[in-house]
Amino acid sequence: MYPSRFHYEAPSTLDEAFEAIEAYGDEAKILAGGMSLIPLIKLRFAAPACIVDINNIPGLDYLEEESDGSLRIGALCRHRTLERSSLLRNNYPVMFATAPLIADPMVRNRGTLVGSICHADPQGDWASVMLSLGGEIIARNAEGRERSIPVSQFVVGPFQNSLQTGEIAVAAKVPPARGTRTGTYLKLERRVGDFATVGVAINLEMSGGTINRAGIALTGVGGNNIQCTSAEQSLAGKSLNASTIDQAARLAADAAQPKNDVRGSIEYKRHIVYTFVQRGLSSREARAA
Amino acid sequence: MAQALDEIKIGGLGASRKRVEDDRFLVGKGNYIDDFKLPGMLHMEILRSPLAHARIKSIDTSKAWQIPGVHMVLTGDMAAQHNLAWMPTISYDTQPVLATDKVRFQGQEIACVVADDPYIAKDGCEAIVVEYEPLPVIVNPYQAVAEGAPIIRDDKEGQTDNICYRWEVGDREGTERAFAQADLVSKIELHYPRSHPSPIECCGSIADYNAATTKLTVYMTTQAPHIIRAAVAIVAELPEHMIRVISPDIGGGFGNKVPVYPGYVCSILCSILLARPVKWIEDKTGNLISTHYARDIYYKGELALRKDGKILGVRFHCDTDNGMSFSDAQPTKFKIGLIHSAFAAYGIPFGYMTAQGHYTNKAPGGVAYRCSFRVTEAMFFQERQIHAAADDLGMDQAEFRRVNLVKDDQFPFRTPYGFLLDSGQYEKCLDVALNAIGYKEFLREKEEARAQGRRLGIGISTMTEPLGAGNSREYDILGIKMFDSAELRVHPSGKAILKIGSKTQGQGHETTFAQIVTHELGIPAADILVQHGDTDNTPFGMGTYASRSTPTAGAATSMVARKIRAKARKLAAHLLEVSDEDVEWELGRFYVRGAPNRGVTIQECAMAAYGNMPDGMEPGLENNAYYDPPNMTWPFAAYIVTVEVDPETGVWDVLRMVAVDDCGVRINPMIVEGQIMGGMAEAFAMANMQFITYDAEGNCVGSNYMDYLLPTAWETPGFELHEVVTPSPHHPIGAKGIGECACVGGPAAFVNAVHNALDDLRIRNIDMPLLPHRVWEAMKYKRDVSGMPPLKTEAG
Ligand SMILES: Cc1cc2nc3c(=O)[nH]c(=O)nc-3n(C[C@H](O)[C@H](O)[C@H](O)COP(=O)(O)OP(=O)(O)OC[C@H]3O[C@@H](n4cnc5c(N)ncnc54)[C@H](O)[C@@H]3O)c2cc1C
Repeated sequence: MYPSRFHYEAPSTLDEAFEAIEAYGDEAKILAGGMSLIPLIKLRFAAPACIVDINNIPGLDYLEEESDGSLRIGALCRHRTLERSSLLRNNYPVMFATAPLIADPMVRNRGTLVGSICHADPQGDWASVMLSLGGEIIARNAEGRERSIPVSQFVVGPFQNSLQTGEIAVAAKVPPARGTRTGTYLKLERRVGDFATVGVAINLEMSGGTINRAGIALTGVGGNNIQCTSAEQSLAGKSLNASTIDQAARLAADAAQPKNDVRGSIEYKRHIVYTFVQRGLSSREARAA
Repeated sequence: MAQALDEIKIGGLGASRKRVEDDRFLVGKGNYIDDFKLPGMLHMEILRSPLAHARIKSIDTSKAWQIPGVHMVLTGDMAAQHNLAWMPTISYDTQPVLATDKVRFQGQEIACVVADDPYIAKDGCEAIVVEYEPLPVIVNPYQAVAEGAPIIRDDKEGQTDNICYRWEVGDREGTERAFAQADLVSKIELHYPRSHPSPIECCGSIADYNAATTKLTVYMTTQAPHIIRAAVAIVAELPEHMIRVISPDIGGGFGNKVPVYPGYVCSILCSILLARPVKWIEDKTGNLISTHYARDIYYKGELALRKDGKILGVRFHCDTDNGMSFSDAQPTKFKIGLIHSAFAAYGIPFGYMTAQGHYTNKAPGGVAYRCSFRVTEAMFFQERQIHAAADDLGMDQAEFRRVNLVKDDQFPFRTPYGFLLDSGQYEKCLDVALNAIGYKEFLREKEEARAQGRRLGIGISTMTEPLGAGNSREYDILGIKMFDSAELRVHPSGKAILKIGSKTQGQGHETTFAQIVTHELGIPAADILVQHGDTDNTPFGMGTYASRSTPTAGAATSMVARKIRAKARKLAAHLLEVSDEDVEWELGRFYVRGAPNRGVTIQECAMAAYGNMPDGMEPGLENNAYYDPPNMTWPFAAYIVTVEVDPETGVWDVLRMVAVDDCGVRINPMIVEGQIMGGMAEAFAMANMQFITYDAEGNCVGSNYMDYLLPTAWETPGFELHEVVTPSPHHPIGAKGIGECACVGGPAAFVNAVHNALDDLRIRNIDMPLLPHRVWEAMKYKRDVSGMPPLKTEAG
């Protein structure tokens, strides 16, 4: 496990980071938690000419709610911070359910949510969660200009994001809820630390018993994380009952594009999507509102 | 009067003494192969084949040679000049060191690069250009014998098919007669999937050839240093006394570190050619895809049953998938290990078995992964077959076993395949287990749960295992008989060094073997240092695997200590001024018969051996012993597991796991329990998640720890341990061996439990591992699920 030769930069400001990136262009890679990048370079699946380690840059490790009620997650906010956040426990149930299911404690100590979304692994859990929440990535360039990209447009293919050369993702953002959030994340994994065979993110924003907005997204059953738009729409304006739940679960299962592999057949994975959407929507957490 | 020694307090037999080796491991002071740095040392990396079967059209190494810091690029053609492109296997076959003509499995070694550091060596490997012409791929034994199958071993003269051995044992006609008398014949077909022992530390070696002295020192991860020295002497045609094999601390072996691997050979050859130390440290993928696998056997078996539950006869056939070379690590005479130990505990009058081995485009191997040669497979097949037979008879699982288990008064018991069981209390073990789990109550609970749509299940498995290969009449490896050895040196002050021919990989030999000496001599365990793993400084032994160390080297330790005691008795008589016959022994002390106050300690005798020996006696208190066991030792166990299966997802959880082990006398109960828990964790792994498979192109699925799943503390269930003790009648201290029992007998308990939870669905078999999707498929379609490769990977 010996990587190819690379140049290593550890800037202490964002400006320095942009300089390093500019010097190497596409050949530069940001190192956040390193939990995905380091295995790739050790296996020589990736051989970037320069690694720009952003861990020494102050001001990126935060998790806070803005005055408008949106949530900002800094580029160095670790999975572990999310796992222990009372803010998430109270207001972002789908995120709070996900954090302890990411990898194992060692990986969670280092890995970041923003890094996970940038990495765009179709088996990454956070991108589904962000899709269900209508989340965005805040990208910044050397001139200091920021733009926000909905995660649905940010993750463009397996291991591909829509950052432009020279941009750094500085944060992820979750918009304010339309009502009270409920939801959960259900993940079928073969053992702790495994990526999802199937993951289902469910985020409901409700007033009384009525769903104002439903977010349902899938992990591990396609080339990307999949937003189940039809299933979401089928729930909008409705309340949860056996037939709305069943319909949403069927639509979500239809939206899945799984493959036959060592984790199971297409049929099995679709069935799990159905089962998990059903369980997620029927759970006490979902009905709590 | 002197106070009698408390054996437990001084760390003798039965003391749960803390493991002495742990101190250095816990503070990071272990010395593993990769910790060694020799002056002038170079680093070697291996280039492996990405294809499973292909003709090599060309290998261009010119770019690699040009990289600054590269000292050597070794190819098969170069190795061939030293007669080392191929090497012999323990099973009288050959295995490539570096490919010359073809590659025959994914991960096969093609070339190696030696450089100043491993990064440069890896760059060198990347710079080698190999041109391949792909060939059709075979990934299971049935493809291997199908019409038109390519001949994988076309390098071997006279090899016209893909069969590497045929084997039979037992009484064919007698068995046929038994089947003719049967009321019912119960049949089952099973696959024990390929798995990998997967020690956390991968393999590695540092070869250090000293051109001035012509001595070759090889530091290597080996469970059997003395055998390796003999093998190196033969393969590399070097004088054996000029080879020193040092096996330092080992980070797990589980059978994986018994064989000789191409990496070892290449590092040795490169060191000789370059006259510098060459270090090779294998990476995880290299370990998983190229070093010896385990299992991968297809079983077809049948039992002849009488209505009352008595088994009249057993007949089975095994097809083994041996990969590209027949290189099973096993006693040479036996082509499929000791798989004929199957059904040994069931007192069946007639048995007959056949087996056939097959070449495929998979890594070679067939090591005994935490078992005596192929006994894990034997016990799994046995218990799955027994489970199916009880169901076919409509008989209770426990009762069916009870009817057939060998009874206490039948020992020693000769099995239909020729083994001699030494001792046991099989029914008692079963009863302790049934009691502990609350068998009857659970069956009731299961019915109640079923009425509510929940699926509970209970699975029983028993095991016995022939341990301690072996006796020299029957067991040898390439002609070297399978005994073991110990050398004991008691120093003037009564402290001692014990040197043994076996080699710990985590089993705690440095702790337990001292305890045996303590038991025999009364020298406190803390005063005894155990050494092993260095061929220049330890007596010849066959190494540690197959739970053989305590049965053989442990017995040798007892015997050498008794020799020491015999000499000490003479010294004591001299010191006490009485005749030998008037000296009595109690732990740690001799005294004059009838005058217990007049005595000398073993330490005083030791001093006398160097300073005050009687006239005519040789000075010193040192000796050695080579122990050739009269028979195998036969531990027994009964394991019971309860599970709940999720009817919607196929996910199953273990509710409880009860283990009753009878491994004879327990030297260090804490270490014994640790061994059982470790083995049981691996048994659970086999049943639940751990396997290697291949797709149709021969790509290995399971080539890293994200794909090759080992359970963590999180999903591994808790184990409830119980004991029964039946001392082995022929082992000097009655011990039988315990390193593997749980790994051997455990898998079937989990698998039977899941099948029991589905017992209304008429499913005969789901292949291991019982992955959720397999269990779901079986439930949904009420059909058996096969795990035979190739893996289905296509979309749509
Ligand atoms: C054993 C193991 C198990 C795992 N299991 C799971 C799991 O179950 N579920 C799951 O979702 N994930 C899992 N992961 C992945 C883990 O969550 C990673 O932490 C995460 O995918 C990447 O985050 P990181 O901060 O480590 O990113 P890094 O590895 O540092 O970077 C990943 C990629 O994103 C880019 N990048 C990172 N940050 C930025 C940025 N701010 N701007 C632009 N580009 C950036 C990098 O250049 C790189 O290409 C696992 C990882 C391991 C090692």
